[in-house]
Amino acid sequence: MQVNVTVNGVEHSADVEPRTLLVHFIRDDLQLRGTHWGCDTSNCGACTVWVDEEPVKSCTMLAVQADAKTISTVEGLAKGGVLDPVQQGFMECHGLQCGYCTPGMMMTARALLDRNPHPGEEEIREGISGNICRCTGYKNIVSAVQWAAENPADATSEVTA
Amino acid sequence: MTAVEDAPVPLSAAGNPIGFGRMHRKEDVRFLRGEGNYVDDVQLPGMLYGAILRSPFAHARINSVDTSAAEALPGVKAVITGAVLETLGLAWMPTLSYDTQAVLATDKVRFQGQEVAFVVAESKYIARDALELIDVDYEPLPAVADAKKALDADAPVIRDDKEGKTDNHIYDWEAGNKEATEAAFAAAEVVVTEDILYPRVHPAPMETCGSVAHMDPVTGKLKLWTTTQAPHAHRTVYALVAGLPEQNIQVISPDIGGGFGNKVPIYPGYVCSIVGSIVTGKPVKWMEDRSENLMSTGFARDYHMKVSIASTREGRIQAVKVDVLADHGAFNGVAQPTKYPAGFFHIFTGSYDYPAAYCNVKAVYTNKAPGGVAYACSFRITEAVYAIERIVDCLAAELNMDSAELRLKNLLRPEQFPYTTPTGWEYDSGDYEKTMRVAMGIAGYDELRKEQAEKRARGEYMGIGISFFTEGVGAGPRKHMDILGLGMADGCDLRVHPTGKAQVRLSVQSQGQGHETTFAQIVAHELGIPPEDIEVIHGDTDNTPFGLGTYGSRSTPVSGAAAALVARKVRDKARLIAAAALECAPDDLEWELGRWFVKGDPERGRTIQEIAMDAHSALELPEGVEGHLDAQVVYNPPNLTYPYGCYICVVDVDPGTGQVKVRRFIAVDDCGPRINPMIVEGQVHGGIADGIGMALMELIAFDEDGNNLGGSFMDYLLPTAMECPDYELGETVTPSPHHPIGAKGVGESATVGSPAAIVNAVIDAISPFGVRHADMPLTPANVWRAIQGRNVRTDMAVE
Amino acid sequence: MALQTPAPVDYAKATSVVDALAKLAEHGEEARVIAGGHSLLPMMKLRLARPDALVDINDIPELAGIRVEGAEIVVGAMTRHRDILESGILSEHYPIFREAEKVIADPIVRNRGTIGGSLCQADPASDLSAVGSALKGTAVVVGLGGSRTVALREFHQGPYETVVGPGEILTELRYPIRPGAGSAYEKVERRAGDWGVATSGVFVVVTGGVVADCGIGLAAVGADHYCSPEGEAALIGKEPTEENLAAAAAATAASCSPNSDQRGPADYKAHLAHELTLRALRRAARASQGA
Repeated sequence: MQVNVTVNGVEHSADVEPRTLLVHFIRDDLQLRGTHWGCDTSNCGACTVWVDEEPVKSCTMLAVQADAKTISTVEGLAKGGVLDPVQQGFMECHGLQCGYCTPGMMMTARALLDRNPHPGEEEIREGISGNICRCTGYKNIVSAVQWAAENPADATSEVTA
Repeated sequence: MTAVEDAPVPLSAAGNPIGFGRMHRKEDVRFLRGEGNYVDDVQLPGMLYGAILRSPFAHARINSVDTSAAEALPGVKAVITGAVLETLGLAWMPTLSYDTQAVLATDKVRFQGQEVAFVVAESKYIARDALELIDVDYEPLPAVADAKKALDADAPVIRDDKEGKTDNHIYDWEAGNKEATEAAFAAAEVVVTEDILYPRVHPAPMETCGSVAHMDPVTGKLKLWTTTQAPHAHRTVYALVAGLPEQNIQVISPDIGGGFGNKVPIYPGYVCSIVGSIVTGKPVKWMEDRSENLMSTGFARDYHMKVSIASTREGRIQAVKVDVLADHGAFNGVAQPTKYPAGFFHIFTGSYDYPAAYCNVKAVYTNKAPGGVAYACSFRITEAVYAIERIVDCLAAELNMDSAELRLKNLLRPEQFPYTTPTGWEYDSGDYEKTMRVAMGIAGYDELRKEQAEKRARGEYMGIGISFFTEGVGAGPRKHMDILGLGMADGCDLRVHPTGKAQVRLSVQSQGQGHETTFAQIVAHELGIPPEDIEVIHGDTDNTPFGLGTYGSRSTPVSGAAAALVARKVRDKARLIAAAALECAPDDLEWELGRWFVKGDPERGRTIQEIAMDAHSALELPEGVEGHLDAQVVYNPPNLTYPYGCYICVVDVDPGTGQVKVRRFIAVDDCGPRINPMIVEGQVHGGIADGIGMALMELIAFDEDGNNLGGSFMDYLLPTAMECPDYELGETVTPSPHHPIGAKGVGESATVGSPAAIVNAVIDAISPFGVRHADMPLTPANVWRAIQGRNVRTDMAVE
Repeated sequence: MALQTPAPVDYAKATSVVDALAKLAEHGEEARVIAGGHSLLPMMKLRLARPDALVDINDIPELAGIRVEGAEIVVGAMTRHRDILESGILSEHYPIFREAEKVIADPIVRNRGTIGGSLCQADPASDLSAVGSALKGTAVVVGLGGSRTVALREFHQGPYETVVGPGEILTELRYPIRPGAGSAYEKVERRAGDWGVATSGVFVVVTGGVVADCGIGLAAVGADHYCSPEGEAALIGKEPTEENLAAAAAATAASCSPNSDQRGPADYKAHLAHELTLRALRRAARASQGA
């Protein structure tokens, strides 16, 4: 079946089986491997991307359902060689260790801040409760999101360290 | 041992400390951009996909396996069964405990989820379709899922593959002084005994296990990308087991999405991917899904402990005794040093001063997945610390004594170090009371007890739980420790290039611990080269020296020492070259960070960068001094290191529902000097979350038929940000006396120490209801039942 | 186990309800509607559900939305959990919705999952099914032959079974507006986002110091049709005293038949049915009385 999607601003067209999960389509057909997967039951959130600007667990959606929609993945967060404040915040605050949950976590955090620019700690914790991390214990992730809220623009690095 | 200077660490041009201190991680950018390279990201031309057919039964005879329909499915390239592997001598493989484990089942399946067949196909969707077409004729057998029944006379014999095996017994092991302990108990004024379970849990890293195997049919070289914490050990085992020439095996551990001990063993899937590649001539990728990870890979714990403590009426501990029934699953697959089948469990005597202790450990087979040593256990120290810290709280309750007061009465004192415990451990250094007082200060301990009393009067239930732990990490000295005969020394290579930049090659492999940053900082500390100018190379056996890998918190104690020593070797060589360049004697030179200079004439000197160029130039070098500025070291640690800490947890319990809220968690760790405090704190945060998970919700339970009840994240619950409070951290610094930079390691400390603090807090909260002990996980149902006075078995199906 | 991927399936995206019904008919009895997909797709990945075809109703505008129509609140079946959580209309009339949504799944799942999906999945622990039964709402079910209205207390026929037939689609939920009603939802879960161990959701209307009307809905405790008419009968016409609320809670618990499972034993769940109903009734009664 034909699927036409705009991913991180770029149009793509592909022929996929209807049963193809969106996460597999993104990783294998579009070769965007920053989106990860970690469970079978829609719990872990490692696969979080945006569909039409809304965070969605891409393991629980079919690629064909994304036809004619826009998709945003972690690869699209940095703009013009500059890290998004959320990405910068994760680096400043040591909000990642193994990095595996990080793309999904950041997509959730970026969407949270877009809707609620000054969230309190409890709101952040609730906001990321659909993203599981096994390394950080979440404290530094919360700090990273707070940093991004307090540093909405500027103060970010070039994409390379 | 070098004490860390108190002088401020200079910053490089990029703003990084040239040495120890906080700095951004060098590895972050690729992860932040979504450009990490995990095993499932590996793509090779012509790559095929493997999938494993697994047994639905916990115990069953295999009468036949018919793969014809699967083989006929378009897109399927191979279907491998146990029978096929048998012809290659690969149906069984050795485990890290000198047992054997089935790669693909031949005669029987012995746990639910065991590997039965391996399909190789053009896509993972086709591979999955093919699994459904394999017809296995199973004859179900009675299963034993309860370790307490494994040695019953009528228990089914699981390992009838072992000649002459007529029961499910694996080993008995003991440590300590049995007679002295029994005498102490006989004479004791107060004895407290509890049955304490550390249930089966699972490390569940966010990335599951997997491999991409490419046996190149032209070169005969096997390249294996795999989720391994120990690439060199895996390479050697593949060579020994599969008869492949070791120089033709390259194991690459790329970015790993969390290990926690889950990625130490060699799993059947890896072996199948290699066989699949040999059979098809193409690269074969095998990635397990989450249910496979939870049901078949190395679980952790599963220790049934009967713990007894003897004390005077005033609260001076006299002896501790532990009887352990250890559930190893269907194959004994634990990784631990050969001499210690129960790992380091005999460190259960803990942080206290008393003369007698004894433990015996009886290990059994059950119809469950193999494992036991995993999930940051420091080789069973999680079980040991939980046992002692739980029983100490039970003793405090029995004596009607404050649990902090009881601990302070019994903690080892600084002048007692080095201290040999009743079970033969030599703790090298520690000021325990100081650490405990720091924790109590941060917590505001006295105010908390006041608040608790006020709340109790109002019918509200809060609890305060303490855990004081000592662990031994950094395995380990060659004369005491080996795994499968391989000694636990680590190599480290350092090269300083002509332009003064460096590459350091490690044998340990990061799964998130920040090695690319911290090891650069170690070399920076010794040589004065900025961390941004030092590349850390790890994870590829073709490009790194041999070592046994990252687990048991050993990276800093062992490879960290190696890195410091190899940098010192380079520094010493640099002195000789600087002397040649400055035309003076080496003894005329003095070192300051980054530079050798002439004593008394500090303007005259050579920076390490200049020396690097000198070393590669036409400069005439003295007799015996080779060119270039490289060095190599193999570090055999003289002893373990002993990090310790004091944790305090505050909880609120709703007795009407049994729900527990962790309000605060205070953690004060002593891991010696901190190479990068930001990274140390991150390790502690993660371990506390582990503790919250295990104490309150994580569990792999079984029913009597051996059905795994924790096979997905719907049932194996992991804490989210909502269950975790904002942690409050502190530190004390007591360097290890033998480590070159005094550092001890900290990766597992919080996972080791935190469960007891949380459980102690919950029990403390509900103690007015007469509760002395209740087993993990303290789910609302289990807390409520404890309050009702019911004795609850948490690890079997709820009735 | 092993690579959770669905079995082969056909797929069609519907543009309207009529179009969806036609596509269902075209693909036959083994076709299923797919809404948010967070109940159906996990089942398909496990291959426990193997529909021949999926008719996707996600982009049918008339199926989503919340509005007041006369004396009823109408909620489109495709309304996402997130929109129910954030709805001003629902917060104003029935805070029970917001309280329930806060403890359903997680924020990302709530972006996609729908109320219609929840009700049609009919999981015994379905929170919105308990809410709907508590509020004594109705469901509008549409087929090629026309539409019919079903009381929510008759909508569910058992675990994972509803009255919606193979060629039908649930299009709307309707809840009567009750001036002066207070409502509340209580849930015990082992961890944020888990299915409830037990839940209780209620509305209470106190008029002239007496409970004029109430509804008690429960999930995960084996309450028939997710409700307890017995508990309601014990309270209607009585003053909302602690004693009377407790008696109603006891009658409610007695009418449930929970199962033992890894979330807890049956008697604990029965206890929770009592405790949570009592807590919910207290808050709802207070709210109704303007406290």
